[in-house]
Amino acid sequence: MSFLTVNDVTYRYPNGFTAVENVSMSFEKGESVAIIGQNGAGKTTTVKMMNGLLKPTKGDVIIGGLNTKEYTTAQIAKKVGYVFQNPDDQIFHENVKSEIRFGPKNLGFSEAKIEENVMKAAELTGIVPLLDIHPYNLPYSLKKFVTIASVIAMDTETIILDEPTAGQDSLAIKRLGSIIDSLVQEGKTIITITHDMEFVVENFERVIVMANKRVVADSTKQEIFWNHDILEEAMLKQPHISRLSHALNLNEKILNIDQMIDTLKVIR
Amino acid sequence: MSGIEIRNLSYQYPTGSEKVLHNINLNIESGKFYAFVGVNGGGKTTLCNVIRGFIPHFFKGDISGEVLIDGKDVRDWDTSDLAQKMGFVFQNPFTQISGVKETVFDEIAFGLENLGVEVSVIKQKVQEIISLLGIGYIQDKNPNELSGGQKQRVALASIIVMEPDILIFDEPTSQLDPQGTEEIFKAIDIMKKKGKTIILVEHKIELIAEYADYVIVLQDGQIMRQGRTEDVLSHEDTQDYGIGLTQYTLLDLQMRKHNMITERIPITESDSIKVMKEWMSLQGVKA
Repeated sequence: MSFLTVNDVTYRYPNGFTAVENVSMSFEKGESVAIIGQNGAGKTTTVKMMNGLLKPTKGDVIIGGLNTKEYTTAQIAKKVGYVFQNPDDQIFHENVKSEIRFGPKNLGFSEAKIEENVMKAAELTGIVPLLDIHPYNLPYSLKKFVTIASVIAMDTETIILDEPTAGQDSLAIKRLGSIIDSLVQEGKTIITITHDMEFVVENFERVIVMANKRVVADSTKQEIFWNHDILEEAMLKQPHISRLSHALNLNEKILNIDQMIDTLKVIR
Repeated sequence: MSGIEIRNLSYQYPTGSEKVLHNINLNIESGKFYAFVGVNGGGKTTLCNVIRGFIPHFFKGDISGEVLIDGKDVRDWDTSDLAQKMGFVFQNPFTQISGVKETVFDEIAFGLENLGVEVSVIKQKVQEIISLLGIGYIQDKNPNELSGGQKQRVALASIIVMEPDILIFDEPTSQLDPQGTEEIFKAIDIMKKKGKTIILVEHKIELIAEYADYVIVLQDGQIMRQGRTEDVLSHEDTQDYGIGLTQYTLLDLQMRKHNMITERIPITESDSIKVMKEWMSLQGVKA
């Protein structure tokens, strides 16, 4: 049995709009997985069902043997942390430190454990200098790191990041990659929604593609980014270097610069 | 004279302890496309706020130097004239939706209504923008029920429908998928072809390389480098300012380290294909 299973799930919003239909996916402990697809494909709705923010209209989400339908959102929050797409949906404290303390405090951790987790999360995300600042006045990109730290401090087995790369500069994107790397090293399961294909290539092995409310592919990045039918169906493009290599007929499933250089060395 | 001239501009926020802009000198030529790039916190958004007169009209603080819009100091412009001269799309689309309109169509029409434009003209203009941005499928939806990417498109539509001479976009594609991002860049390109001056703050460097005429690199409130896009983005040391170069440029620079020397350093996909084909044929390989 998998660590986290989404089993044939459909979600219909109260206004009657169906956002996902018959979606299944499962995750193992310590896995890092990217979910890609167009706006409106159903990515956010799917992951919100994984931390109990939404309960499936049909089908089941099972986390560590628990069916999310039988537990409260607060109980599930101990298992799965979710970093919202819009940081303003998540921030409501007077300073960054209390913001990060809120999660672990709510989970009933001891004061010593709370302090330890807060400092660890702040160090990992590089926001120690911001701890006394009012989070609402921070720029969008830094707010996002505050919300990531808030979820890391809860020390959940699974962490879901919803478009962490949006609006980030190239240094911040590198920092996100190293945060994910550290968390995976600790054995955490990381599920990340992103539109940045280079970020996927650099940081993930497995990629789930969603389109039109469904999963259209779930495979390795090489298979996904060199399957033109799937990319077309999901209205996605290959990573830049793959596109170049395709245009040059290099006949290799090249994804990044290092692989391209290796291939070119052979040519020369 | 038309365009924007910035002379020795420095600025410090009223509550700030240090300057956020230092001695900025910049000429923005009418009808050209300028990309402001740099790490977050470098002053890109603040500079946009000065150009559009939000600083010092609404936000005080300590400002020195001058910003001339069509030869007239931004401080001497009437704020409503300035608002018609320049359109501004916010960084965070979640804050740009008015909240008082019940459909996307009405939301986009809101600005023109406020100017007292005739109803039939408003309808026609809104319809044009909706088809330009491909958002007809959401025109009857409530703006508050849209996804982040959809809100971003509506925010953009509600500004470009006003047809200001100068359009300032602060990360207009941050919430968009790759296809939506391309559509926005194409829409911006159409605005440029209509003779609008474009100022864009953006991190997606491959698209800047494709569309912008000039790149301005900001760091710690200073202009570190400025010039034609192909010059700024083909220099390896532009990375010293925290700018990611395009994958095509990075590949070429990496090839040079392995003694694989191409004729020139490309910045766009199409140029990279051309350069690589030439290099491969010199190696006796047909691409």
